[in-house]
Amino acid sequence: MADKNNLIVYCEYEHGKVADVSLELLTKGRQLADRLGIKLEAVVVGDKLKDIEKEIFPYGVDTVYKVEDARLYPYTSLPHSSILINLFKEVEPRIAFMGATSIGRDLGPRVSSALHSGLTADCTSLEIGDYTDAKSGKEYKDLLYQIRPAFGGNIVATIVNPDCRPQMATVREGVMKKEVRDSNYTGKVVDLDPSKYTDPTDYVVEILDRHVEKSKVNLKGSPIIVAGGYGVGSKENFDLLQKLADTLGGELGASRAAVDAGWIDHDRQIGQTGVTVRPKLYIACGISGQIQHISGMQDSSLIISINSDPEAPINTIADIVITGKMEDVVPKLIKYYKKNSK
Amino acid sequence: MSLNIIVLAKQVPDTRNVGKDAMKEDGTVNRAALPAIFNPEDLNALEQALKLKDMYPGTKVTLLTMGPARAAEIIREGLYRGADDGVVLSDRAFAGSDTLATSYALSAAVKKIGNYDLIIGGRQAIDGDTAQVGPQIAEKLGLPQVTYAEDIIKAENGKVTVKRRIEAGIETVEAPYPLVVTVNGSADECRPRNAKAVMKYKRAAVPSEVAADEAKKAFVEARPYLQIGEWNTETVGADLAQCGLSGSPTKVKSIQNVVFTAKEARTVENTDAALEDLIVELIANHTIG
Repeated sequence: MADKNNLIVYCEYEHGKVADVSLELLTKGRQLADRLGIKLEAVVVGDKLKDIEKEIFPYGVDTVYKVEDARLYPYTSLPHSSILINLFKEVEPRIAFMGATSIGRDLGPRVSSALHSGLTADCTSLEIGDYTDAKSGKEYKDLLYQIRPAFGGNIVATIVNPDCRPQMATVREGVMKKEVRDSNYTGKVVDLDPSKYTDPTDYVVEILDRHVEKSKVNLKGSPIIVAGGYGVGSKENFDLLQKLADTLGGELGASRAAVDAGWIDHDRQIGQTGVTVRPKLYIACGISGQIQHISGMQDSSLIISINSDPEAPINTIADIVITGKMEDVVPKLIKYYKKNSK
Repeated sequence: MSLNIIVLAKQVPDTRNVGKDAMKEDGTVNRAALPAIFNPEDLNALEQALKLKDMYPGTKVTLLTMGPARAAEIIREGLYRGADDGVVLSDRAFAGSDTLATSYALSAAVKKIGNYDLIIGGRQAIDGDTAQVGPQIAEKLGLPQVTYAEDIIKAENGKVTVKRRIEAGIETVEAPYPLVVTVNGSADECRPRNAKAVMKYKRAAVPSEVAADEAKKAFVEARPYLQIGEWNTETVGADLAQCGLSGSPTKVKSIQNVVFTAKEARTVENTDAALEDLIVELIANHTIG
């Protein structure tokens, strides 16, 4: 029945809307599918999926598989895994993507384990290219290059899956760009019978309670970000940074070291294992500039680094460097902004 | 009611505070410059297991790690904090394992330990940050899973209640055990070492650590509680084709040191006048305000 060997994206949705990360993956998926001359497909699993394809088709999607059942929302691991495992056995996708979210990172490994297909987590770049196996000398054409930082972000590795299919990867939200291909693009909808793709024993995990809290932090959408690192030194000094962020109308962010030190919440972490941001202005305070952090903010339009160490690695990618203690510099910035902004 | 819990732990290089000497000239990682530590989220996992042991007396906590013989260090660390037993899964055949081959090896060892109610591990290890091994083991053992756990609230009547933290908020779920749970860094920190346990277990070792020293060997052999298991592919009956490089569908094509293109940075003096000028400039070009 099905088209085979295409590129498929598992689409997450919440509050009746397809998640941004899934739309970003569809955008990347369309580019790669064009390059390979294959179709782009999407699979949505959940409840109340009426018209959901209308949100998906404009990204250049040729087929939307829909699996609808009240028990499939909210997400639980086993039924969603079973659906993907069984669907993938049937349509044998060449490539499969999912978001590096709490859902994708729960689902992807299970599916890859069952299909014995490789999976690369948190890719920052996806490309198509050739590969020669160093041992056997065997050549492979048009593999998926799954590119990701490794070792705490100190190196970047290019991973390939030469022999197993699908070639699977997860990507964090905000890493790829979201772009509609054609608002009139349309494909076919394939409704799948959930009972054929899941087993009754898959529904063993019961959600007793679910507090949906929309994140109060909107780092991705903020044009101004004030971020602190280990050099900030204390929770109290983070309050000072919050004051600067509030004064400038920006958001407060942090490096992993500051989050690990417990000075600030995890949802404000910027970098490879946090959020990727591209603001107009990025003020880095007491951030040394580990690669893990830089990879998540280097595309900011203007980077100001405030650091007591003039040799801090972040200064090499900054546009403006202020050498000094943040406790000293930040109050002055607040003062002179207030003085001059009216 | 008591439980049998296996805690999955990994000894990892401390990648969080990588200094300038951590990378070699050729762009490879200088592992010798990085201290080996107990993977942080695996400590959160151990705490959940120890908390259940406090709640349900008679519960047994067994640590399982895969790595070289020196990974026995983290088994001892776990024993100092309240674990009962430990196994190091060690074999050259595991070299080059990706997450799938790792989960295959660990699931073989879990089967060998047997009779488990809960398998608890950290969400992810800081040297890879993949979060894949937990769910892959669950699938290999045919068990349900609960990931991103923040608190294992109770385990009663064959069901475990777990609070988990996800992007959308907080979920409380109930799942039957045996079950795999992976624990988030936002969960309670692990309790410190217990002085009595340190005294009791400081000479605990895997056989290969004491093999060269007759006196130490005899000391450990006379005391079963000091014997940390040291298993290999044969002990756990692993299929070599599924181990190490040959069992890994993913291959590393290339590794690059990360080099960012340096920009010509402008220096602004840390003086009132210079900082005010900067603010005025940023307002004027509409970067702020």
